[in-house]
Amino acid sequence: MGANDAGFIGQSVKRKEDARFLTGAGQYTDDVTMANQTHAYFLRSPHAHAKIRAIDTSKAKAAPGVVAVYTGADLEGVNGLPCGWLITSVDGTPMKEPPHHVLAKGKVRHVGDQLALVIAETIEQAKDAAELIDVDYEVLPAAVNPADALKPGAPQIHDEAPGNKCYTWAIGDKAAVDAAFATAAHVTKIDIVNNRLIPNAIEPRAAVAAYDRAGEAYTLYVTSQNPHVERLLMTAFVLGLPEHKVRVIAPDVGGGFGSKIYLYAEETAMVWASKRVNRPIKWVCERSESFLSDAHGRDHVTHAELALDKDGKFLALRVHTIAAMGAYLSTFASCIPTILYATLLAGQYTTPVIYCEVTASFTNTAPVDAYRGAGRPEATYVVERIVHQAAAEMGIAQDDLRRRNFIRSFPYQTPVALLYDTGGYDATLDEAMKMADVNGFPARKAEAAKRGKLRGIGYATYIEACGIAPSNIAGALGARAGLFEAGEVRVHPTGSVTVFTGSHSHGQGHETTFAQVVATVLGIPVDNVDVVHGDTGRVLFGMGTYGSRSLAVGGTAIMKALDKIVAKGKKIAAHLLEAAEGDIEFKDGKFTVAGTDRSKTFGEVALTAYVPHNYPLDKLEPGLNETAFYDPTNFTFPAGTHICEVEIDPDTGVVHIASFSACDDFGNIINPMIVEGQVHGGVCQGIGQALLENCVYDKDSGQLLTGSYMDYAMPRAGDVPSFKVATKVTPCTHNPLGAKGCGEAGAIGAPAALMNAVLDAMAEAGIKHFDMPATPHRVWQALQAAPSA
Amino acid sequence: MSVTLSISVNGKAAKADIDPRTLLVDFLRTNLGLTGTHVGCDTAQCGACTVLVDGHAIKACNVLAAQAQGKSIVTIEGLAAADGTMHPMQQAFKDCHGLQCGFCTPGMVMSAVDLVARHPGADEKTIRAELDGNLCRCTGYHNIVKAVQQGAAAMAK
Repeated sequence: MGANDAGFIGQSVKRKEDARFLTGAGQYTDDVTMANQTHAYFLRSPHAHAKIRAIDTSKAKAAPGVVAVYTGADLEGVNGLPCGWLITSVDGTPMKEPPHHVLAKGKVRHVGDQLALVIAETIEQAKDAAELIDVDYEVLPAAVNPADALKPGAPQIHDEAPGNKCYTWAIGDKAAVDAAFATAAHVTKIDIVNNRLIPNAIEPRAAVAAYDRAGEAYTLYVTSQNPHVERLLMTAFVLGLPEHKVRVIAPDVGGGFGSKIYLYAEETAMVWASKRVNRPIKWVCERSESFLSDAHGRDHVTHAELALDKDGKFLALRVHTIAAMGAYLSTFASCIPTILYATLLAGQYTTPVIYCEVTASFTNTAPVDAYRGAGRPEATYVVERIVHQAAAEMGIAQDDLRRRNFIRSFPYQTPVALLYDTGGYDATLDEAMKMADVNGFPARKAEAAKRGKLRGIGYATYIEACGIAPSNIAGALGARAGLFEAGEVRVHPTGSVTVFTGSHSHGQGHETTFAQVVATVLGIPVDNVDVVHGDTGRVLFGMGTYGSRSLAVGGTAIMKALDKIVAKGKKIAAHLLEAAEGDIEFKDGKFTVAGTDRSKTFGEVALTAYVPHNYPLDKLEPGLNETAFYDPTNFTFPAGTHICEVEIDPDTGVVHIASFSACDDFGNIINPMIVEGQVHGGVCQGIGQALLENCVYDKDSGQLLTGSYMDYAMPRAGDVPSFKVATKVTPCTHNPLGAKGCGEAGAIGAPAALMNAVLDAMAEAGIKHFDMPATPHRVWQALQAAPSA
Repeated sequence: MSVTLSISVNGKAAKADIDPRTLLVDFLRTNLGLTGTHVGCDTAQCGACTVLVDGHAIKACNVLAAQAQGKSIVTIEGLAAADGTMHPMQQAFKDCHGLQCGFCTPGMVMSAVDLVARHPGADEKTIRAELDGNLCRCTGYHNIVKAVQQGAAAMAK
């Protein structure tokens, strides 16, 4: 699109979806009620690791209201849940993929592992019956910490994975890195833990599964970010059902953040059971169950070393990471700490050589998979923590050291596979420094010191990679799925439009943003465009929403379909105007013969397509409905600078966020209001990780110690400030919207910016290292034990 | 055993024989089909189930329906005017982009209405402190705070 036909692009159009959400008319999965429906409850393991000697369900089956009870033994012919990305170890062997049974067989491997499905007339009856199931466990020692699980003598979780190792994978030129370190004037080393997080979308997972005997078909309502992928995995890999006989609907979904990408055991078991009980089955996860059974995020242990020359130029980066997979491989678990992590370790810098080795371990915990940012926050945390420390050690200003190493020439090939198409890192750093009033910081620090407070400022200049692609290269790297997106533009006879997208909106506002794009291209009001998503029965196909891909990939698929609509519209208009097709221009909703005032409106052309009386039927089909699939040629690379200023009260250990400034480059922006909202939410989640959130399992028993909102500290309104946000634009060079993606950036930049601020504040106490989360207790303890205390 | 519940919900009388253990939120969602009131946790922490009982915000997951006997309840479905015009707080949430996925939103709006009733001129600090009982995972609270401020101003008119 040119500069002159911006239309609704760049306008903060108020969201079309808000009216239903604000009046209680949203339709979430738990709001779906079917006639004759039953209720499901899953019996879960109370042990982190145990052999199942026997399960006796006879009493449960005889309990009041019980319709059926199923255990792993009943699921004859049902396969395990698949992992969607094959990682190959450095020794050439494939990653270990032990079975992930839909209902546990033989062993349970984490607290919350599901081993029986109870279906009853009411949820209370299902719960009561579950208590009557007698499971004879032989409790085994548990391997809980990802590093400890790899040590000799650790409890063995899967026979198929000796030493609990899933894979050891590496990227980069190790010899070149070693050689560069030998020449370094300075080497900075850090050991850091990226704390395990629980995604905690406020809507818990839920499902309603029904079987229709007449059509021999299934319908599944489920809290999913990608219903087509869910259907494909469930039918083709697990249940062996005909894909076209299963309709998956992800209606309004109350947040995802990654945790609703995956194919989970619960809905799979329910689809299987729905035919057997021949009644609809409803299941709504309780929050305490979510804590135990949703896929978690992060959980890395990392050692990193940065080699610098005497002027602070980065010579090489060497990283060793141990990443927890949890008890089983969740749908995309294996690619998060590899493909989506190590490839980001160049950050915004010209570091010429990088080597990263990642060992993934099985642990007796809930599975770990993508959580907002997925690998990229972990990479940013490593890079920005080590850059912060290097600057401190070498006495170079934080912004200066970064600038000495910024990439300024694009396209830029990093030593870790990615090709950055565009960026402008000085611009976002400059703006963020202005927003944060960095110049005024020394005075604020001095003033705080007078009050006995420790004040610090921290930077994160991050890079992100969104819209993972293209499919053929991803496939060569182990992806077992395509990474395109599909879109359909259906123009109705009266000129209004329904758009079908394979992207899924669970808070992102696609119903508005995508409508803005379509309305702009077609020159019609936004209200004349409806966006349909989240239903395999209505949308042609889709890979869903994750990795900030929806606009860059899903939006581009819609653009491609719009190109076809406009092209066909020109043919129709040419016929109506008795002009050559090549002479027809389309602008502002009008097809015009170039250089004349003869034109037909978009609505007239649409009507003609469906009432083809005056129409070239010999050359052109009637109708105006086009589909497109788009497979990107590259990732997009959003980037930016986040600066956080904190004040620590050494008497209490409380970290107060004095200010948080984010200047991001997301490429072209369709709806600034929505983009700012995405940044706010992402930053808050990043602050949550750095300041509050920590998923803790007892290191011996494997019991989840942070299993409710009373124990797992979610950021609340009073924990965070209002944020300063701004954007700079370098348009993406390889999609027609010039869009890069904005959904995860906040969660990527914020943890490093905040922790670097905490470390800057604590530096005067002599503290050089501190892990997340910076809770008052931990900060106070560190200050008490500090060298200068 | 059952109890006969007689309450007013969104201005309409509701009467039902219910199991005395029935939670208010389940009565609203299941018996009355008012699914705008959501359940996000099981420890009365998230606030997605917040409704007004005799004008006060309470967490409907944490009280029995029987405890609301004879009381007047307003849920998110009952906040707008009879002609469909949104309540100033609903409108403010839309104007300020104070919601994303919408799941916490009904509880957040009901809490905000109660908050403004108690603190008509609340500043940002007060608003943030008062929203302590409502979790939002999407917005980072930034725009919710703005919405409450705008909603408060509109409600004062």
